[in-house]
Amino acid sequence: MSQWEIVIGLETHVQLTTASKIFSGSSTAFGAAPNTQASVVDLAMPGALPVMNKGAAERAVKFGLAIGAKINQRSIFARKNYFYPDLPKGYQISQYETPIVEGGGLTITLDDGTTKFIELTRAHLEEDAGKSVHDQFDNASGVDLNRAGTPLLEIVTEPVMRSGKEAIAYAKALHGLVRYLDICDGNMQEGSFRCDVNVSVRPMGQKEFGTRREIKNLNSFKFMQQAIDYEVRWQIEQIEDGKKIVQATVLFNPDTGETRAMRTKEDAMDYRYFPDPDLPPLVVTDAMLAKIKNEMPELPEAKCARYTSEFKLSEYDARLLSQDRATSEYFEAAVAAKADPKLVANWMLGELSAALNREEKSIEESPVSAHQLAGVIARIGDATISNKIAKTVFEALWSGEAKSADEVIEAKGLKQISDVGAIEKIVDEVLAKSAAQIADYKSGKEKALMSIVGMVMKASAGKANPAQVNEIIKKKLS
Amino acid sequence: MSLSAQDIERIAHLARIRVTPDEVGQVQAKLEGIFKLIDDMQSVNTKGVEPMSHGLDMVLRLRDDVVTESNQREKFQSNAPEAAEGYFLVPKVIE
Repeated sequence: MSQWEIVIGLETHVQLTTASKIFSGSSTAFGAAPNTQASVVDLAMPGALPVMNKGAAERAVKFGLAIGAKINQRSIFARKNYFYPDLPKGYQISQYETPIVEGGGLTITLDDGTTKFIELTRAHLEEDAGKSVHDQFDNASGVDLNRAGTPLLEIVTEPVMRSGKEAIAYAKALHGLVRYLDICDGNMQEGSFRCDVNVSVRPMGQKEFGTRREIKNLNSFKFMQQAIDYEVRWQIEQIEDGKKIVQATVLFNPDTGETRAMRTKEDAMDYRYFPDPDLPPLVVTDAMLAKIKNEMPELPEAKCARYTSEFKLSEYDARLLSQDRATSEYFEAAVAAKADPKLVANWMLGELSAALNREEKSIEESPVSAHQLAGVIARIGDATISNKIAKTVFEALWSGEAKSADEVIEAKGLKQISDVGAIEKIVDEVLAKSAAQIADYKSGKEKALMSIVGMVMKASAGKANPAQVNEIIKKKLS
Repeated sequence: MSLSAQDIERIAHLARIRVTPDEVGQVQAKLEGIFKLIDDMQSVNTKGVEPMSHGLDMVLRLRDDVVTESNQREKFQSNAPEAAEGYFLVPKVIE
């Protein structure tokens, strides 16, 4: 496997958060009854003409600014021609030669903490097609045009990724960014964020790219990883068996974990792009550009830098906490509630993230709010509870047993024992039964001390202040 | 530019226009005439002229992002050859 290099590029269709469609005044709301949000323009009735939605253009510009790209203040819409029942006009309005956004890129962080800059080729505006259903009617396919005309930003990378992990990291970073910018709701189940992954392999050291296959419409990060892993293995096996890779579009089947060719590019479509005569050039005025620049929120990169400088977080922690909007909002809410930033980071990336993963919940669905977590951390800070007891308190909040850390501590009697007299009493009881460990300790075995501390903690049901316990035992044995 | 009979078949297929074998020659001659016209236009010296994407020298008018359309499904589907359960029905298509 090591003598092969993997080459990956991504095309992501990001559905923009406009209320109305890109070229008509129909609603874009998800889940409406079929064809109740399709107007004459979306249905391609003769004579109906498209009128561009300003909100879609603004969102595209916002994205371009966020990734340091060139904004083409004059961009052109083109017709991409093909026939399919869910495309009533017989062409999709897209951008071809002059997209609204060119170049730019974003930095991804891998699990080992290394970072990589992913260059983007372009991002262009286009309309979505409708939806066909094939299993609802016996001898017919049903067409729902509610989605037809929904604004999309198609974001294309250069073929710069070299592993499935990098591709996933990029997709996640992009997902985080579009949600930060509030230009896409990021809902992958509803198809608001869909990835096409171009995969090829080549012998290590070879300059030319291998023949690529495109995995279409991946709507979860997990499937993306599985699809890439399968596809890479498949391509390498083909080549090692002396077969050639044929350029093709493939679909991933989540049930089998396999990719399968949908159509080969040999009978591929010739889209015959040409400038759409219905739509003169889209011009982004200086005033529009200035206004959007002004309204830019703080972006993940800037947040990450601020978290390291202002809160002294490690680069790695800062990246994890700043990458997605909901996570950063949770973090900032906890810090605003006066919790120590470093402890908040530790808890969020430790206990909280483990609990969320276990129950497959997103941070927005966390049963423990930022304010409640701040409450737990505050009680560690003022030595009311130990770190270990704090985990019990966290679990109680998670299961909804109580509304605040203080309530749990009170109800369960978890308050840490810091009273010297009380601790000394427990220590004396333990020491009376630990002649062997005492002898070991006195003969220089430091480990024996740990075992005595452990017994004292156990005897106090975890409530004794560990630092004090340590100190008192040492004093008594000296 | 000269076109082969195969080119004609391909172009016709892409446009979903049925051209019978008898008609190929006729269509071929017409299309070659159009390509000749394009060649003539290409020969015009356009040095220093900025390419245009559109016949009119104007820019796109932008509308505010507001929902202005209401549900008119019944009306639209009364015009359709076939519809059921809110869907437009078409001959079965499976990729």
